[in-house]
Amino acid sequence: MLLRHTPETITDRSALTINPAKTCQPVGAMYAALGIHNCLPHSHGSQGCCAYHRSALTRHYKDPIMATTSSFTEGASVFGGQANLVESINNIFTIYSPDIIAVNTTCLSEVIGDDLPQIINKARADGKIPPGKTVIHANTPSFKGSHVTGFANMTSAMVQYLSERSGKKIPQINIIPGYVEPSDMAEMKRISLEMGIKSVLFPDTSGVVNSPLDGKFHMYPKGGATMEAIKSAGDSTFTLALGRTASLPAAKLLDTKCKVPFECLDLPIGLSATDTFVDCLRKTAGVSVPESLMVERGQVVDVLTDMHQYFFGKKVALIGDPDHLVSLAQFLTDMDMEVLYVVTGTPAGPKFVRRIRELTGEKTIVKEGLGVDMFQFHQLIKNAKPDLLFGNTYVKHIARDEDIPLIRMGFPIYDRVGHQYFPITGYRGALRLLEKILEAILDRQDRDAPEESFELVM
Amino acid sequence: MAAPGNNAAELHIDPSEVKKEILNRYPAKVARRRARQIVVNKVDEGEQVPEIHANTRTIPGILTMRGCAYAGCKGVVLGPTRDILQITHGPIGCGFYSWLTRRNQTRPKSLDDPNYMPYALSTDMQEEEIIFGGEKKLKKAIQEAIELFHPKAIGIFSTCPVGLIGDDVHAVAREMEEKYPEVNIFGFSCEGYKGVSQSAGHHIANNKVFTDVVGQLEAPKEGSFRLNLLGEYNIGGDAFEIERITEACGLTVHSTFSGNSEYDEFASAHTADLNVVMCHRSINYMAEMMEKRYGIPWFKINFVGARATAKSLRKIAAYFGDATLTEKVEKVIAEEMAPVEKVRQEVEARCRGKLAMLFVGGSRAHHYQELFEEIGMKTISAGYEFAHRDDYEGRKVIPTITVDADTRNIEELTVGPDGTRFRPRKGAAEIERLRQEGFRFNDYEGLMPQMADNSLVIDDLNHYETEVLIEKYKPDIFCAGIKEKYVIQKGGIPLKQLHSYDYSGPYAGFRGAINFYREIDRLVNSKVFRFVKAPWQENPELAGSYGWNG
Ligand code: SF4
Ligand code: SF4
Repeated sequence: MLLRHTPETITDRSALTINPAKTCQPVGAMYAALGIHNCLPHSHGSQGCCAYHRSALTRHYKDPIMATTSSFTEGASVFGGQANLVESINNIFTIYSPDIIAVNTTCLSEVIGDDLPQIINKARADGKIPPGKTVIHANTPSFKGSHVTGFANMTSAMVQYLSERSGKKIPQINIIPGYVEPSDMAEMKRISLEMGIKSVLFPDTSGVVNSPLDGKFHMYPKGGATMEAIKSAGDSTFTLALGRTASLPAAKLLDTKCKVPFECLDLPIGLSATDTFVDCLRKTAGVSVPESLMVERGQVVDVLTDMHQYFFGKKVALIGDPDHLVSLAQFLTDMDMEVLYVVTGTPAGPKFVRRIRELTGEKTIVKEGLGVDMFQFHQLIKNAKPDLLFGNTYVKHIARDEDIPLIRMGFPIYDRVGHQYFPITGYRGALRLLEKILEAILDRQDRDAPEESFELVM
Repeated sequence: MAAPGNNAAELHIDPSEVKKEILNRYPAKVARRRARQIVVNKVDEGEQVPEIHANTRTIPGILTMRGCAYAGCKGVVLGPTRDILQITHGPIGCGFYSWLTRRNQTRPKSLDDPNYMPYALSTDMQEEEIIFGGEKKLKKAIQEAIELFHPKAIGIFSTCPVGLIGDDVHAVAREMEEKYPEVNIFGFSCEGYKGVSQSAGHHIANNKVFTDVVGQLEAPKEGSFRLNLLGEYNIGGDAFEIERITEACGLTVHSTFSGNSEYDEFASAHTADLNVVMCHRSINYMAEMMEKRYGIPWFKINFVGARATAKSLRKIAAYFGDATLTEKVEKVIAEEMAPVEKVRQEVEARCRGKLAMLFVGGSRAHHYQELFEEIGMKTISAGYEFAHRDDYEGRKVIPTITVDADTRNIEELTVGPDGTRFRPRKGAAEIERLRQEGFRFNDYEGLMPQMADNSLVIDDLNHYETEVLIEKYKPDIFCAGIKEKYVIQKGGIPLKQLHSYDYSGPYAGFRGAINFYREIDRLVNSKVFRFVKAPWQENPELAGSYGWNG
């Protein structure tokens, strides 16, 4: 009974968050920044934030996460962080020589009110930014939004600072992948390649936070979207933004800045959402869907129908990031499962709530935004118990107490591996999700079956 | 010619050359500062060692291993106590990241006993509170927390923005305590920017626990030999193992600060007769203050390493000076050492001569060298993440440490004897006798006197320096934390996390030593790292006889 103090009776809370279902902006910004090739993320504030963000990402990806900090002490907090940032920029280029530094603010530098563009200009004027090197920044105050917002803000910063419109259109499509795993980003690239489409995917953390062990530490692994690619995104014919919360701001900005039209779709998690993604790619590029993808799709449908009896009517509860939740809720509904609760701590707005209800029906309880947390999620579960939980590692306490199988999804996952290598997006990802779900359900059935009805063939 | 057993010499590496090479890459200003923090060790008579620059600001832009005051206060010191409800006042991140990530284990006495450790409470400050102040929300949050959890005590932890906007968490604590007199409510001004590292947070935590908790309850535990164990945080169940051993010896650990701890034990800690200190850096303040106010003597012990454990037990027995206790301690040591010795010998045969580097926290980089020594491994380089000079050079240098602005910002309490409860546990004559016997009260000899000459001692090691060390020395194992782990392992060298133990343990005490020997054996002799290079990379020339050109 790890969470023995969580009562079944739900009472109102207006000030206290218990077991948050979100975290702060900078960690998302840092993750996005890692998706630029040869980039060193930099956290402008006290070093504790950076240490926490690096630790969280390291525990999740089990890979090196390199990022520097302005290391504020009390003095910087009083006099402003300019001196610290200018010195940081000088030290970083001298010692670590990245091509680009991506600065994110923290609540501290935001409260002080450091003017980042001005400081970056000052560093340039002082000659601290070597020729050919770049510094970009995103404002990521942690008293707004969540890690997802931070990701969105840093992705927008890439557009703001790097994308350019030359006037000549290039036959390529931008894909803004959303706050997903490196494996998912790789899968999106693979699908567009399979369709013969040239794509610019940014940020792209594949190869960066799931890099191979080859006996040599690479400060800047091979992966990441190159600055040239992000620059050329301004000349692309179209942008596909995946996930409203994480990707829409950058797509909009690219449209405003460089006149690249866009469409915002759900993350391609599950069958319907992947269909929409593939179909949209097909139409915008004017290509046909190759046989290879049709085979992958057919295999998903095959498993779905083969095993439908085990999915049908099962009750599920989901907690995580809004973009994931939308697609996942749809997938589970497509499988005839009943979605009881959809919960996120990230402010996702009434559109999110409407979209979920549209997909899963009016009975689903949807909670989002400020004050929404895992404590509340747990209380809901105590009131009507689902058969299956979806959420990050922290949900394991609830799963244990309530004895409900948990499928790990989202951020952070500290206690399992695979998410960095195997996608949950695309048809292959759908197949993997199906396998995970089935495994959980069938293991459970095996465990609970009386001996006389313990099945060999299922 | 360096002394025998000197690893660097055996390796034909000149540590001062390594140092020079490290400094070369830096901008001049950085090089000047780092030069004083990287020291080639040399131990003279009387444990004299070279001076090292420590507890100074982290260089902006450097890839540091350090964290912040909040992490030291909320995470390290208060984190392991299960029944003090902890509310992080600030935006959501800090509370989120300190949620269970330090892996402190705890074992409530029964299912009815409170255990708040799996809960992360935060005020999740929003822009509005940043602009108009967050005290109102904090008060409301405390009220909601009390109504839900009915705790004995609540700690409030300030994050960076709280200090900046001027929220007075202490005033809020007082006000709420008036409203809920049955709950002890106290605040910590442990904003992340305080000091230069986690160390500031330890100090802030110690001060508050001392003024607001210790001495609140007169409830001594039964037992003839009662002591407090300070600076043991029960990572991987270390405290459980120490409790097992001390109990077998007939000692009563009244409280552990703060592994597997409870509020009541803190509150009545002043009734014990001895304080022993494990992690000097994080908690020596508490030991000092308790001695001054209540007359409890303290000395440094170490339960990491089997021999160190035996030595520490004997030291404690000698302090109490009781023949039956001594006998029991010797019996326990004899019993426990037999299985330890068996594994030790077996592992030593495979590990002798291998090289280790340790860069962690405030005492572990010292303690764990004992465990390595026991299996014949040598530590060629070590340093602390957030130590002060006394942790390196020994407490004798304390009077010569210059206090800088960042340290001055941390409150230093003036503590005097408690009017009614000050009770010297030992008379002056007896203390003197013990001293004569070689007892060192109120002392820590520091890391450097115990390290070999010519080993490299580096304060606040950073990523770039790590890369140089690895390249030059090619150690067999590197000990550090999660941020460093995969950096090192990508290079094909195993890294053992000494903050979280890589989610195993315990490593303290006798059984812990066995676990550690086996774990290190597994790591340095593992087959898996041999796969780093593919066969065709070992032998890249093409000498085919069957192929297109064949
Ligand atoms: S909430 Fe603010 S102070 Fe805390 S870790 Fe996030 S950015 Fe840092
Ligand atoms: S030095 Fe080690 S034992 Fe001491 S506080 Fe830090 S992590 Fe803990």
